[in-house]
Amino acid sequence: MPIIDAVLDDFFWRALIGGLGVALVAGPLGCFVVWRRMAYFGDTLAHSALMGIALSFLISVPLNVGVIITCVVLAVALVLFSRSRALATDTLLGILAHSALAIGLVTLSFMPDVRVDLTGLLFGDLLAMSRDDLLWIYGGAVVILALLAALWRGLLMSTIHEELARVEGIPVERLRLVLMLMFSLVIAVAMKIVGVLLITALLIIPAATARRLAHSPEHMTFLAMAFGFVSVGGGLTLSWHLDTPAGPSVVVTAFCVFLLIYGGARQTRS
Amino acid sequence: MTEPLVTLEQVTVAFDDRPVVDRVNLRLGRGDIITVIGPNGAGKTTLIKAILGIQKLTSGSVTLAEPLTVGYVPQHLSLETTLPLTVRRFMALSGRSQDECQAALNKTGVGHLMGSSIHHLSGGERQRLLLARALARKPDLLVLDEPAQGVDINGQAALYDLIRQLRDDLHCGVIMISHDLHLVMAATDKVICLNQHVCCSGYPADISHDPAFIETFGQPVAESLAVYHHHHNHHHDLHGDVVSGQASATTVSDSHGECGHAHH
Repeated sequence: MPIIDAVLDDFFWRALIGGLGVALVAGPLGCFVVWRRMAYFGDTLAHSALMGIALSFLISVPLNVGVIITCVVLAVALVLFSRSRALATDTLLGILAHSALAIGLVTLSFMPDVRVDLTGLLFGDLLAMSRDDLLWIYGGAVVILALLAALWRGLLMSTIHEELARVEGIPVERLRLVLMLMFSLVIAVAMKIVGVLLITALLIIPAATARRLAHSPEHMTFLAMAFGFVSVGGGLTLSWHLDTPAGPSVVVTAFCVFLLIYGGARQTRS
Repeated sequence: MTEPLVTLEQVTVAFDDRPVVDRVNLRLGRGDIITVIGPNGAGKTTLIKAILGIQKLTSGSVTLAEPLTVGYVPQHLSLETTLPLTVRRFMALSGRSQDECQAALNKTGVGHLMGSSIHHLSGGERQRLLLARALARKPDLLVLDEPAQGVDINGQAALYDLIRQLRDDLHCGVIMISHDLHLVMAATDKVICLNQHVCCSGYPADISHDPAFIETFGQPVAESLAVYHHHHNHHHDLHGDVVSGQASATTVSDSHGECGHAHH
């Protein structure tokens, strides 16, 4: 179809379509980040994405694959480490987040042949979205949304009360692992748009904004998606017209929506 | 004799080699209400979690009848306020029908709260909600961790009455932890006094003058509980500590023959 080709040939439209796809999954997953107080955890995973990129170059696999593998390994390591309770979780996360980022940067500097746009990776790049990336994003979105729909009751129940869920026969540990996998996947696909440093913002700001208006978990999820769409759409448009970096523009838009809702909306907590 | 719902054999849970639950044996059948009492840090919650299968055992075994539906009322319902949740939704997450959920809420006296936000409930309402949630599952075994927490005095008695009535309606087994000694003594079939190991166990009337019980909870508590059955079989020294008289010396050594620890 020529019209679709024309749209997909335009890098702005590619970025927008990709960004909306990311917002589609960032909404519900962001809600879980907020509910389970995993903001810092998500940040750590996102930071490790850079290590994943370096790894991908080292062993020549596609970037997305390298990032997903690194995130999953780190997520599992984190869960195991935090069980030993030798260090407080936030200390542990801080150590791993910044070490992973630093290791990624150092490793990349050792590879002079590899041309990477570091700013683009850290803060997102409007121009970087390829047709392949779109396939990754929407493929990932379908997988994540299908998983969420299938596992919704269990995920929600283990978020509300883990022990109660366990007694009721919900496989809490396995669900936690699935959730980690979904985070890794969303980080890998969101990296191009908002950059590794700002992915957590795209997860938690729309979800936090949605909390103000939501009266059920599902309602909050859909609102978070909607606020994600607004943030991505507004941010990329801003970036396009004012030549600002894509990721920060998206986050600034999300923040403005947040302020607007919290400043303007009547208190309707439920 | 019917099949027991729960059988514990020599159940031990140790954290860093320190036993928190030490060689506990227990049998609970349908229609039984067993209350676990004991001082803070006595391992009561750990024992209950071991029964529920959410606490790994160091040794020993927990055997549950099959199939067994368990209703659990946890100690706290600490809710994340970022998660918008109504009573209706929380009940529906049990996987039971709307009618069953409403019936369970009515039974625990909070049927009118169906549409309320879970974040706006008082402590007592939360406990009743949790009880309703456990009830909606039509449990064979009801496990409650300090069910009367945050409930006022009148409400507490009503809550224990309710638990007893539920036991009759569902013909289930009940095991609960409680600090409300007076109410427990009136409402329960059997009491287990836990202080890592089982200090003493038995019927409320008997247990309140068991020397091990008196040493764990102190003479004033024991006396106030045992008004109807109290016999002086010991006296106190100047510090108020129990000094066993001649007559009860045998009893003391009997009930503590296997403990191997010092009571203070």
